[in-house]
Amino acid sequence: MSLTVLTVDDSRTMREMLRMALADAGFRVVQAEDGVHGLEVLSGEAPDVIVTDINMPRMDGFGFIEEVRGDPRHRAVPILVLTTESDAEKKNRARVAGATGWIVKPFNPTKLVDAIRRVAA
Amino acid sequence: MAAIRDTFFQECEEQLSELETGLLTMEAGDADPELINGVFRAVHSIKGGAGAFNLDSLVRFAHVFETALDEMRSGRLAPRDDVVKLMLRASDVLADEVRAARDGVEIDEARSLGMVEELRGLGPEGGTETDDGEDFGDFEFQPVAFGSDDPGGDSGDEAGADAGGWTVVFTPRADLYAKANETALLLRELGSLGEMTVRLDASRLPALDELDPEASYLSWTIHLASATDEAAIREVFEFVDGDCELAVSGGAAPAAPSFASELAAEPAAPASPELDIAALLARVQTSVADAPPTPEPAPLQAQATAPLVEPSPVQAAAPSVAAVAARQASDASANAAGATIRVDLDRVDRLIDLVGELVINQAMLSQRVLEAGLTRVSGVAMGLDELEQLTRQIQDSVMAIRAQPVKSVFQRMPRLVREVAAQTGKPVRLVTEGEATEVDKTVIERLADPLTHMIRNAIDHGLENPAKRAAAGKPPEGVVRLAAAHRSGRVVIEVGDDGGGIDRSRVKAIAAERGLIAADALLSDDEIDNLIFLPGFSTASEISDISGRGVGMDVVRRSIQALGGRISIASRPGLGSTFTMSLPLTLAVLDGMVVSVAGQTLVAPITAIIETLQPKAADVHALGGGAYVINIRDTYVPLIDVGCALGYRARPAEASQGVALLIEGEGGARAALLVDGIQGQRQVVIKSLEANYRQIPGVAAATILGDGRVALILDIDTIVAVSRGDLRKAG
Repeated sequence: MSLTVLTVDDSRTMREMLRMALADAGFRVVQAEDGVHGLEVLSGEAPDVIVTDINMPRMDGFGFIEEVRGDPRHRAVPILVLTTESDAEKKNRARVAGATGWIVKPFNPTKLVDAIRRVAA
Repeated sequence: MAAIRDTFFQECEEQLSELETGLLTMEAGDADPELINGVFRAVHSIKGGAGAFNLDSLVRFAHVFETALDEMRSGRLAPRDDVVKLMLRASDVLADEVRAARDGVEIDEARSLGMVEELRGLGPEGGTETDDGEDFGDFEFQPVAFGSDDPGGDSGDEAGADAGGWTVVFTPRADLYAKANETALLLRELGSLGEMTVRLDASRLPALDELDPEASYLSWTIHLASATDEAAIREVFEFVDGDCELAVSGGAAPAAPSFASELAAEPAAPASPELDIAALLARVQTSVADAPPTPEPAPLQAQATAPLVEPSPVQAAAPSVAAVAARQASDASANAAGATIRVDLDRVDRLIDLVGELVINQAMLSQRVLEAGLTRVSGVAMGLDELEQLTRQIQDSVMAIRAQPVKSVFQRMPRLVREVAAQTGKPVRLVTEGEATEVDKTVIERLADPLTHMIRNAIDHGLENPAKRAAAGKPPEGVVRLAAAHRSGRVVIEVGDDGGGIDRSRVKAIAAERGLIAADALLSDDEIDNLIFLPGFSTASEISDISGRGVGMDVVRRSIQALGGRISIASRPGLGSTFTMSLPLTLAVLDGMVVSVAGQTLVAPITAIIETLQPKAADVHALGGGAYVINIRDTYVPLIDVGCALGYRARPAEASQGVALLIEGEGGARAALLVDGIQGQRQVVIKSLEANYRQIPGVAAATILGDGRVALILDIDTIVAVSRGDLRKAG
């Protein structure tokens, strides 16, 4: 049974890269374009892992994580934050918001899949 | 991957445009946080994507730019006018970096580095930013290694390396579980570093009825027999740092063996959590040395390792109000997003081709019906009328798909203006109007070059320098106006400046000097102004860096003509000049007047025709050399026999037997074209002659008529120009 991964990113490039890398690794991929859209997708999906960007229009990654953690249906889903920032402050904020872990961009498919396997069996 | 790369560069263009638009809005005084955020995001996304494609130079520049924008975003840097202007220039450099990366060409490194310095100057410590600044040269994203196969290099803790073992005491807090981390997975990860022995401490576990499923009660002590360094171990727990207590003790030689032997020696200590080890380890699928086999499963293990699997029912019943509101909001915007689709241009073009065929076919059908002698009131004819109307509607709708706002080309101009302003040292403000005016995509694409050149000219030649402006009582900042509007089925684009206007005596002197006109020629102001469109004319006494790139206004005029357009100039001394271009909305169809010339059927574009008239023999006068003029309401205009101009016949036809089309060429020059007769007006589908045959002077394109015959579409301006050229040579 393949795991379902929800990716939330406003960049088309990034969405395509995520889709390709994850689909190649055998995951089922559902995608959203920002936090608000992500929550909407979550109303009809139960992903095993969520990968989200931080800087997005309408609702950023921090807000999105908080919403997910406050939603009884999805609050136990591991959430990985995609970030180009490798500084501690961003990671900290993501963690305070409830992120499970993070992936520093740029990532290669191996790294991405490793990170997902690390938070979800 | 190549496809994603294409997407990336497409997206970059969108983000660059968003960046520029955002900065321009800020320049106009708007400092809305969301605006600044958007600008930041644009650069941030470019950097993110660039990193994925190893575009190092682009990443480096975007990073510095982003850092500066982040300062602004966080409120530490005020969006002052000079700051925004610097950022606008930085966005230009970023655009160049993107294009260089896309096309694989070298960039102007000195310019990028200069901009980097300027951006750094905005930094928090006024340019003395040390840590970030120093590492610019070898700045790189060091992705965090997730794979544990990375032993961490040689920077390891030597105590760990030779002792051959580590002891890790790991006590999660409830927060760790709340963030959906799972201890089993962490232990599995740790196990990939080497052989490990795990001991669970469940001593704090309360009785079942007192157990809070979301609390944390368990603790693990792991002995890891591995020569790995401490950093690698800490990295396993990277995600949960701060959400657990973690003690890593560097494999002190005595501790490790004694711990291991302790495990081996005392497999059945009372109330000892070793009972759980086998089950736990089976779960995490790690290899464990010396684990005592035990038959009893651990009853609480599932809850302990994954306490969040079952949410409590109370929480499940109350979805947050915010989430609901957000969802509703997103419904609305999802609908808005669904209102547009991306379509491959080829598909649209194919549709346009097909509709073109349909129009021709419909015209043929009409003709056949007419030939069959069916009356106008017959059902067939009426049905045909409706078909004709529908065809036209389909055609208009399809054309509308290709129509795009001129904004896409207009928005490239602010950057150009900034650059030329900087080069010339003239402060310039660009005013744009009618950006939403829609024109065929091909027209828009081919407008960029002429517009670029005209705006360069407007600043370089049109605007005076600040001193002169001051002397003329004008504000120091020159204004260049770029406007678009629809006017009677065509799109009109104007490029104007509030400079000194055309210096007519100088223009005339230059034209005479270059042999373009006779030194003593008497010319009207309009005629003088139009001299600048002549090939070989350039008002700059020496070719300047800005306007002089080997193209003059004659090239501009030719490219506008190639689009089926016209260009004219209006200039007022001391007040400035305005170039007006009138372009067809589409290059696919044309409203034409079908005429007969020497037994041939030709099409003249209706837009160029002012009126048609029956010439009287008395009004036509021969000038000699085969040239004629005709007197129309007391004005003499050249009368050109189209049959002669195209070489259908050697001698001009008798003017009084034909019809004259009074036409207005570019620049307002008038002429009369003599044809044998008018067949009617109709919309024709333009078929390129160049693409199918070759270019013919005097012929713009071809079309297929209702009876299936090919008719040539006249290139009126060329016919007039050629005839005039003959006149000049003859004279």
